Amino acid sequence: MSFQIPIGPQHPALKEPISLRMTVEGEVITGADIRLGYNHRGIEKLAEDKSFLQNIYLVERICGICSHSHATCFVQGVERLMELDPPKRGMYIRYLVSELERVHSHLLWLGVAGHEAGFDSFFMYTWRDREIVMDLLEMISGNRVHYAINTIGGVRRDLDEGQKARILEGVATLKKRSEYYFHIGANEPSFVARIAGVGMLTKQQVIDLCAVGPTARASGWDRDVRKEDPYAVYDELDFEVATADSCDVLGRVVVRVKELLESYKMIEQMVRRLPDGGIVVKAPRKAKPGETVSRYEAPRGENIHYIKANGSDRPERLKVRAPTLGNYPATVAMLKNGFIADIPLIFAAIDPCICCAERAVTLVSARSGEESIVRMSDLRRLALARSSNAPVKGNAVWPF
Amino acid sequence: MAVLTTFLYLLIYPGILFLFAYSTFCEWFDRKAYARLQNRMGPTHTGRFGLLQPIADFFKLMSKEDIVPDAADKGLFNALPAFALAVVSTAGLLLPLWNFDLGSPGWTSFSGDIIVMLYLLSLPTLILFLAAWSSTNLFSTIGGARVLTMLFGYEVPLFLAVLSPAILAGSWRLAEIAAFYQAKPLLLLVNVLGFVVALIAVQAKLERTPFDIPDAETEIVGGTFTEYSGKKLALFRLTFDIELVVASGLLAAVFLGGFPGGVILGFVQFVVKTLFVIFLLSLIRALTGRIRIDQVVSFSWKVLAPLAVVQLLATILLKGFLS
Repeated sequence: MSFQIPIGPQHPALKEPISLRMTVEGEVITGADIRLGYNHRGIEKLAEDKSFLQNIYLVERICGICSHSHATCFVQGVERLMELDPPKRGMYIRYLVSELERVHSHLLWLGVAGHEAGFDSFFMYTWRDREIVMDLLEMISGNRVHYAINTIGGVRRDLDEGQKARILEGVATLKKRSEYYFHIGANEPSFVARIAGVGMLTKQQVIDLCAVGPTARASGWDRDVRKEDPYAVYDELDFEVATADSCDVLGRVVVRVKELLESYKMIEQMVRRLPDGGIVVKAPRKAKPGETVSRYEAPRGENIHYIKANGSDRPERLKVRAPTLGNYPATVAMLKNGFIADIPLIFAAIDPCICCAERAVTLVSARSGEESIVRMSDLRRLALARSSNAPVKGNAVWPF
Repeated sequence: MAVLTTFLYLLIYPGILFLFAYSTFCEWFDRKAYARLQNRMGPTHTGRFGLLQPIADFFKLMSKEDIVPDAADKGLFNALPAFALAVVSTAGLLLPLWNFDLGSPGWTSFSGDIIVMLYLLSLPTLILFLAAWSSTNLFSTIGGARVLTMLFGYEVPLFLAVLSPAILAGSWRLAEIAAFYQAKPLLLLVNVLGFVVALIAVQAKLERTPFDIPDAETEIVGGTFTEYSGKKLALFRLTFDIELVVASGLLAAVFLGGFPGGVILGFVQFVVKTLFVIFLLSLIRALTGRIRIDQVVSFSWKVLAPLAVVQLLATILLKGFLS
């Protein structure tokens, strides 16, 4: 018997709204369909109304986990447009926060993967240790989520000796713990039984479907912007691109834990080699007309910002391609022929950040399936008409 | 007088009131142990050490809005929670706690009560399936199908494992089995393998990690209970709590030598032994992740069932050797 089960827009496995429509036969998935657009906020349009400086704080709010990725990617592009050369110390601090953010994102993901597999103890342990890196980020920037450390031409806060010592101390603890999680994640039988051989994606499929980040690297496709197109400080750091060749969810767990260990290495190097000097240069208000593409290796994969300037103090166009969007086609391929029980794991394995990838919305009539373009004022009118005509809802009755 | 004691027995001890109090305590113990194993605090605020938290949860659920889906089979949907609670509470009465006379079987302790108890413990599973099916929700239906699929996996190993100590003791009566092992405690060591098998099967019966497949929230939302809310959900949760007590009591009676020593000492033994079993169950819950339904069935038939058969054979051989 073939039927369709709706995973989302609201579902306990999803932390953000997205609709996965699964056609299943018994417990086996025969077809998958992803619908986007439940979290569209019109950020790209809004960016056109704000100055470059204001936009840093706007693009930071594209995502709540890789907030620094979007801000850095945007700032890199704007600095190139303005032909600025930020000081080395500022760059080191900026990418130090980048790597700390990658650590916090990957620890978060490990916990989520454990939770999706019903392994809640793993979730609790990794999230407890994530607090260490969250505290470090708070110490550096003053904030836990939106660090707001970037500014055009450098960073906004400096590091002192005490902070450097505390970062090294925190990273040493995390390194020990991560090795332990690596052991658990790759050896605990009930967890491995759930993730090994699940969500297969061959290297050829990765190339065909343009998968990015850890999803691609877990299939042996070693693409990493930090290595192949080193920006800012990455050509001075000694690190390796983590890969696995098992092509399944287990491989993605392994890649992320290996990346954690590489990040610790980079953080230590950056803290130890932190050069002296200023942290920021003065930036002009306006950028010369021109366009640029900025690439950045976010925790989830390659993040691309396209910025077009027209000589004023605001961008004429900002286009954001978040890594999650690049992974959706691969997800559909991975979901096919899996079990219902594997849906949350396979979907979580790309580390989906749905609000990152929401760049458009389509209005489809529920009755006729017809697509249409509606003005904002019309939408508002429709919403008002609907709420005034809606039937009065009965209140809950006290049962005793 | 006999009528009065019967009523006291049914309503207060070890009837519904005692079962309610003790099962909420066991839920607290389970939650606390599970939380400590995960480096959390567990319940802390309601009552001392959060002891009253399960009771507070129960009454909170009782006061919530109760929704019955339009498409559901209303009669079945409404009746099943109460029915499930009645079934497991009845099973609770059969625990050889204190109200039995070894010489003369009564209606709470008779030859064959171990079989009756096992069947009473199987019934909630079927009730869960019916509850899921009658609520007509898509996720519930998948959950219901999973409940039944899992039943075919763990039920046979559980029966084999629990019945082999009975064969060694040569009795189908829980009180007599317990008395047999109290007289010869060394023979308990023979059944260790069966205890492990039964422990895993009980974990599956109670739908706890790694067997919480029928209500795996990240896959099928609430699973079996997706459409249940308010009072009915409270009753189902209480059912599972009481089933936890009864199943651990059964394991304690069969594998850990029962609860000798009269009313007070027997009760202390009951508490200690059931909490020990529940702690082991919490340990399994904390240490594993959820496995897939096909893995449950293959694990049950490829590992648990052969182990249970080995236990049974060992018991039969030993019995022949002893006599």
